[in-house]
Amino acid sequence: MEEQKPKLKMAVYWAAACGGCCVSVLDVHEKLFDVVAAADLVFWPVALDTKYQDVEDMPDKNIDITLFNGAVRNSENEHMANLLRQKSEILVAYGSCSHMGGIPGLANFSTKEELFQRVYKESESTVNAGNVRPQTEYKVEEGILELPEFYNDVRALADVTDVDYFIPGCPPQTERLVEVFMAIVTGAELPPKGSVIGAGTKAQCDECIRKKSDTKRIKKFHRSWEVEDDGETCFMEQGILCMGPTTRTGCDYRCINGNAPCRGCYGPTPDVSDPGAKMMSAIASIIEEKESADIDRVLEDLVDPAGSFYRYSLPVSYVRRTVS
Amino acid sequence: MEFNPKIIAFLCKWCSYTGADLAGTSRMEYKPNVRAIRVMCSGRIEPTFVLRALRKGADGVLICGCHPGDCHYQEGNYRCLRRYHLLQKYIQQMGIESERLKLEWISASEGKQYAELINSFTQTITELGPCHVKETMEVLT
Repeated sequence: MEEQKPKLKMAVYWAAACGGCCVSVLDVHEKLFDVVAAADLVFWPVALDTKYQDVEDMPDKNIDITLFNGAVRNSENEHMANLLRQKSEILVAYGSCSHMGGIPGLANFSTKEELFQRVYKESESTVNAGNVRPQTEYKVEEGILELPEFYNDVRALADVTDVDYFIPGCPPQTERLVEVFMAIVTGAELPPKGSVIGAGTKAQCDECIRKKSDTKRIKKFHRSWEVEDDGETCFMEQGILCMGPTTRTGCDYRCINGNAPCRGCYGPTPDVSDPGAKMMSAIASIIEEKESADIDRVLEDLVDPAGSFYRYSLPVSYVRRTVS
Repeated sequence: MEFNPKIIAFLCKWCSYTGADLAGTSRMEYKPNVRAIRVMCSGRIEPTFVLRALRKGADGVLICGCHPGDCHYQEGNYRCLRRYHLLQKYIQQMGIESERLKLEWISASEGKQYAELINSFTQTITELGPCHVKETMEVLT
């Protein structure tokens, strides 16, 4: 009888994220049969009844591949990042949050104190007369109850532990995951450590099907609801902010095909050290005006440059949090 | 100890760097706080350069290019101007004082203006005190 190839051991973990990444894994649909034929899912809290203790009991490097989605926001996220690093052969930062901080990373516009003040005191729906705040330890009769410590900063996975590969996207395109997975299963040569995989290297604009003219000039920025999109002209030429110029391909133009501008979830093209700064550079180049007052008038309509240009990448940028 | 600010200046080759050179060859005295970096055109100065300078510990960043209409590459300084306005909006949003980033046009013959600019900008930054970007970015958790 032919000797059976040992099955891969795979784990999926969810840190500071919305859960969409786990759903994108489930979105393999019937390909799931190929996945489970080639791999055993040994740890996946959202889908399987596995406990942290199960991972702690494993020998080191026991898991072949771990897809870690979500940013690192608290001590629990950090503990699991380090633990899964220790137990995995290949650790993949899966999705925008673990790749660059993602949407949770926007919390770096506020400090921990500001967030707690808002959530546990000021919010309209909060009734908290005793000004109770979450404690990391609380003594009850039965013993001590613990809660993870909430950190001041949100960090990307690679800022916490050693990461082998990055699969970008919010969430990653499921087809890309299947391609990467099949490459690992078939023993194809893997790219060098630290690579972004499951994505292209060109900018979205390079392959965008929308009509572009050579003289891109912006006289006014619009919010997308202010413009009746003609469905075929470049968003920027219609005055709608689109992250296409600096964002990687790989998403199959999900947003553009849905008549929405690119938001930049796939992260910057290779060799860009600060995604938002690159975008600012591109945007400023195509504004029509030449006088300070006119330029300011055009920029007035960009109400939140930091939030727009660093929507998914604030924690990995040069100025990764507000300075107080 | 007296605060001695670190200032990074990006100067375009054709006008501003030549202007700075003129200040030097004319033996004008000005504050030694500026580290000048020559670039081919002020249009080459990307927001990344400015943010990296602040992250690495600069207390102020100065950008100089040719006067409007005088750019060696015709349009470069206008690009620079637009980036500067956008950057200003961004750094203020991030809690960085707008005075830390300054844009001035210096022509090749304006050695004196360059020396005065360096003195006044150094003065502004000294009064403002140290920039906290670097230390804020180092503090984790």
